Amino acid sequence: MPARTLFEKIWSDHHVAELEGGRHLIAVDRHVLHEVSSPQAFSGLAKAGRSVRHPELTFATSDHLVSTEEGRTDATVPGGEAMIRAMRQNAHEHRIAMFDLGDERQGIVHVIAPELAIALPGTTLACGDSHTSTVGALGTLAWGIGTSEVEHILATQCAILTKPKTMRVTFVGVAPAFVGAKDFILALIARIGTAGATGYAVEYAGEAISALGVEERMTVCNMSVEAGARMGLMVPDEKVFSYLKGRAYAPVGAAWDEAIASWRTLPSDPGAVYDADVTVDVSGLAPQVSWGTSPEQTISIEEAIPDPAGIADPIARKAAERALAYVGLKPGERLAGLAVQKVFIGSCTNSRLDDLRAAARVVAGRRVAEGVRALVVPGSGSVRAAAEREGLDRIFRDAGLEWRQAGCSMCAGLNADKVGAGERCIATSNRNFEGRQGPGSRTHLASPLLAAAAAVTGSIPDRRTLQELTT
Amino acid sequence: MTNRQPRIEGIAAPLPRANVDTDQIIPIIHLISVTRDGMGKGLFSDWRYGPGGAEKPDFVLNRAPWRNATLLVAGANFGCGSSREHAVWALREFGIRAVIASGFASIFYDNCFKNGLAPVIIAEAATVTLQGIAERHPAEPVIVDLESGRVRAAEGFDVPFTMDPSRRRDLIEGLDEIGASLAKSEEINAFHAADRLRRPWVYSHKPS
Repeated sequence: MPARTLFEKIWSDHHVAELEGGRHLIAVDRHVLHEVSSPQAFSGLAKAGRSVRHPELTFATSDHLVSTEEGRTDATVPGGEAMIRAMRQNAHEHRIAMFDLGDERQGIVHVIAPELAIALPGTTLACGDSHTSTVGALGTLAWGIGTSEVEHILATQCAILTKPKTMRVTFVGVAPAFVGAKDFILALIARIGTAGATGYAVEYAGEAISALGVEERMTVCNMSVEAGARMGLMVPDEKVFSYLKGRAYAPVGAAWDEAIASWRTLPSDPGAVYDADVTVDVSGLAPQVSWGTSPEQTISIEEAIPDPAGIADPIARKAAERALAYVGLKPGERLAGLAVQKVFIGSCTNSRLDDLRAAARVVAGRRVAEGVRALVVPGSGSVRAAAEREGLDRIFRDAGLEWRQAGCSMCAGLNADKVGAGERCIATSNRNFEGRQGPGSRTHLASPLLAAAAAVTGSIPDRRTLQELTT
Repeated sequence: MTNRQPRIEGIAAPLPRANVDTDQIIPIIHLISVTRDGMGKGLFSDWRYGPGGAEKPDFVLNRAPWRNATLLVAGANFGCGSSREHAVWALREFGIRAVIASGFASIFYDNCFKNGLAPVIIAEAATVTLQGIAERHPAEPVIVDLESGRVRAAEGFDVPFTMDPSRRRDLIEGLDEIGASLAKSEEINAFHAADRLRRPWVYSHKPS
């Protein structure tokens, strides 16, 4: 057999039938649902008189528009309650496991899928959300879909996919101080662009990835779609196996042994060929922050905002000018020192325990700066409980940050947590699009470390500030 | 979709922007709905309307004749970002039946076909030319000929577009994708029967 990549192994393991035009019917091992992209799929199914083919392979939660207030109920933005109730009703009616409000297992789809071991190495997982590739960090082939495809998978337990090309992104070198997973992926997006990996499944490799913890690896895979890739995945290693062992839906006993044996065959074979190869040396990176309205508009805290006049392509130049006008910045300005009014630590990119620990280390014993509102939103009830067992909630609260219930919160702009028009927010989330965090909101994407530093200083930190805050 | 649609013809609105993301196509606030209907009013709402809901007169879809556009001519990487199919529903409900661009984000591209919206890929330079033609001859129709795979417009504009023939046929004939996949139920069941033996650990959890 020719040398195969991780992607090709999982793809062929799930191949059901070849369709026309380079499309394929691919078996879906795990289907994860949430309240915003699924109601029309269930009504479509009912209208056609079809049923859910494999409810035991389907899992549901509500995350996008739920309130993150203490003592929350279904009440949220107008119309939101009906969607939360529809999710609950649809799950109940079709006997789908539902991790509902009030259940510690509730949380952001991409946070709970790995922590409950719904996602497993070598399996396929689909979800009606573009950040589904997050769980690729476990060696899961996972991708985001629209509502019609949700309906298709409910009915068939298969997805229709055009076979993507493969890209390997190798992160080499040792990351310097203050540089981590979020900086890796932002630097990659800045380099290859927001469509740089369109049509590719990306395998992240290299010593800098191996050195990351499993949760940090999820941050990298999470933002694959911001580079255009629907799928981003990593070879699962011993760290992944020990992360998964004993989790709620992980195989046990003989099944666990069989699973491990199967997972050990997943690494890409030596000599496997990729359609594209990119290498990023992390040893020269500085902390990354986005300046514009596309994740590709990202620079390090050491750099100045680029001048659109230097961009040859007229459309790209206009986009840069438009972005600068929207965010209220000028070419040549530096992001370090820029005042922020909101700080958001959360989202499927950065709301896991390691992220909260990194933020807590910075804010411990300090106070949120005057005029800043800072939210810490754990990705799941389980993350929240684990953080509370370590006393992180006390650290955040004592420092004046808000400690919230699990959900998508200020990333989605779909619940009460929003950034006001003209307000600047440093956010650990994944998108800085116009209006993403609320109409007129200005978003700067960064790591939990930088966001926490901004919370206590009131502005985007420079290197010296980071040093002072961490020693 | 039961009516055959061999070609899409109508007014084409120029939208010379790259990386138009689905948060712009339909801001998330309009996603609070359990139905597919009613998304049209949310289409480009942050660009179409100012505070208080007044139309922004400069935006192309607020100008004659483009408020009746059937086609949209955009830049590269159209539909990036969120997977929300609501973006496609909003375009369709507004009356858009084809988006012409030099590239599309993958999820948006697939979502288009499931709703009879044609994502038409032509070269970047051709999108710029076509936007110019749409400005100069706003009342002249642009034609996406799904049978021949070409885009035609005023000033003799006539270029081929990139789309797999089977997908062009799906747009022409209409598509019951789930029905087609369910016709392969035997293959799906055979896959699962074999897979349960090959990878029992995938199915070992207790349903809850």
